[in-house]
Amino acid sequence: MSAVIARDIVKKFAEVPAVNGISLSIPDGEFMVLLGPSGCGKTTFLRIICGLEQQTSGDLMIGGAIVNELPPRARGVAMMFQSYGLYPHYTVRNNIAFPLKTQRVPREKINKQVEWASQLLGIDHLLDRRPRQLSGGERQRVALARALVREPTALLLDEPLSNLDAKLRTMARQEIKNFQQRVGLTTIYVTHDQVEAMGMGDRIAVIDHGNIRQVGTPTEIYNDPADLFVATFVGSPPMNIVTHSGGGYLGFRPENFLPKNMIEDGAATEFKFRVDRSEYLGAERIVYGVLDGFESKQIITAKLPPAHVDEKNIRPGEWHTFAVKNSELRQFDKNGNRATSH
Amino acid sequence: MAVIAEPVAKPVSRLNFLLDRRDVFEAILVAPAVIYVLLLVGLPLLLAIYYSLSAYTIYDPTWKFVGLSNFIDVVENPTFPQTLANTFIFTFGSQLLGLVIGKFGAFLLLRPFPGRKIVRALIVLPFVIPVALATIAWRWLFDSLYSVFNWTLIALHIMDRADVPNWLGTPWLAMLCVVIINAWRFFPFAIVIFLAGLTSVPQDVIDAATVDGAGFWRRNYQIILPMILPIVAIGLIFGIVFTFTDLSIVFLLTMGGPVNATSVLGFAGFQTGIISGDVSHGAAISLFMLPVLLVVVVFMLRFIRRREI
Repeated sequence: MSAVIARDIVKKFAEVPAVNGISLSIPDGEFMVLLGPSGCGKTTFLRIICGLEQQTSGDLMIGGAIVNELPPRARGVAMMFQSYGLYPHYTVRNNIAFPLKTQRVPREKINKQVEWASQLLGIDHLLDRRPRQLSGGERQRVALARALVREPTALLLDEPLSNLDAKLRTMARQEIKNFQQRVGLTTIYVTHDQVEAMGMGDRIAVIDHGNIRQVGTPTEIYNDPADLFVATFVGSPPMNIVTHSGGGYLGFRPENFLPKNMIEDGAATEFKFRVDRSEYLGAERIVYGVLDGFESKQIITAKLPPAHVDEKNIRPGEWHTFAVKNSELRQFDKNGNRATSH
Repeated sequence: MAVIAEPVAKPVSRLNFLLDRRDVFEAILVAPAVIYVLLLVGLPLLLAIYYSLSAYTIYDPTWKFVGLSNFIDVVENPTFPQTLANTFIFTFGSQLLGLVIGKFGAFLLLRPFPGRKIVRALIVLPFVIPVALATIAWRWLFDSLYSVFNWTLIALHIMDRADVPNWLGTPWLAMLCVVIINAWRFFPFAIVIFLAGLTSVPQDVIDAATVDGAGFWRRNYQIILPMILPIVAIGLIFGIVFTFTDLSIVFLLTMGGPVNATSVLGFAGFQTGIISGDVSHGAAISLFMLPVLLVVVVFMLRFIRRREI
């Protein structure tokens, strides 16, 4: 059964479309990531799901029922906000209890649920503090507990990690993912960070200009991008795109673009590559340059294992023969969509 | 032998040395404010306390010490309890009314609509119009013969000419008028205070409350209002202090009448101490404001410290 189904959702703000006909079906228990650049409409779509915005057209189903007209409180979804939106004048206990109090749940049940949610997230020792007395990570857990306490059909997360520093973020990513797997809760997670998307999502929906460009598992998104936008948005550095002789485009990932002698067997396509600059990043070496005979809007990059290549072999200004295995080449037609022939 | 250059020692004045000392310099910087407060607040207060303990009148300016007898006279005056009660009704009635109007006004002005900037500018007018002019205009609105309200009621056939209220002639209506005018003066200030508070509540918190199932009223009274309460409390302190000591509206509109129905402490003190020339009793009446204001201010400041977020 699908927990959340969107059919052709359109949202216009004074005739300016923010969401441009999104259809998406999210099965029960799935961790779905909405990935896209800022301003692509992913947050608006999330706010439509929870009822903070009303779609201009299209249908939305949650838990098998159409909820187009239902107010947020009747939809059975919980949302966690970018800056958490904790109530500063309430203790942690009252913050977590608030969604139950609004539903007039009996007091004993509230106490039991609050205890359950706070133990689940390991914050039961913080119940009598106020939000300002908590660290960033603790606040996040309180916000998560508040979202979970009424056992929602789906949990919506709007860039929940962007307020944490880099170290905490990695930890929190693990925590949210582990937690979601343990509870098996349908989760919709909005982010512009592809590392979060790749690391956490069961499936990723890549969104641009209010449209879904591709929905797929992280492997599908990375290995078989549906169009040039997905190909260049996901991956760091992004996929190399060069103009193809037939009027289309050819794409290959930097880590598959190697000196010819490193390609062991199988059919490969060779390129003349002029090295302009190289960066040593410890685990890898990124080499920037241009190709002979191919046009590209970006600088071509190669990601090489530093054990095989050092500065002496590849120096700025030199021409080298690089190659890509044919199985790693991706072809796109002149509109930027994936060519099916390959 | 190398000669190391040595700067010529300039004679340092004793004053320079003194100004380099942090505690002295701080004291000098704070001094003007302290002197100002002592001269313009402390001195009149001490003078008032002294007057209230003496038998000083403008006809007989003796400095004779009479103890607390002036205060006893004031309390034993049969109209005094009413004056005291009027002051509380006037202060808290108009503050409450002003706050309610201010809150709803702020909510209306929060939403964008065409001409909002003009309305926002116009709404502060009651605050900037001189109180004398405004009260005279109100006096005409409430006039026994020419009241605009009464004429409207008559023209709409809601009331007969014989039954229309005598706004400033009926004791409780006169008090209501004074309260309304003061609320009218105060509500732009309340709107500004509420707007400042409302715009400081993060949208995420309001959205979270909506998704958590809070409706309009619960959002307002359980989330937004508690969050902006410290700001509102500050506004209320100012309002209470200014209103409790105010006499201008009463003086211009009713002169404390009818039969003492709208007399407040400030007005009674002015009437006794200045107009009648009985300075010592006037000072005693005015000093009744002091403990009340002290309690209000201490209570409010404590409340704010406790609510600090």
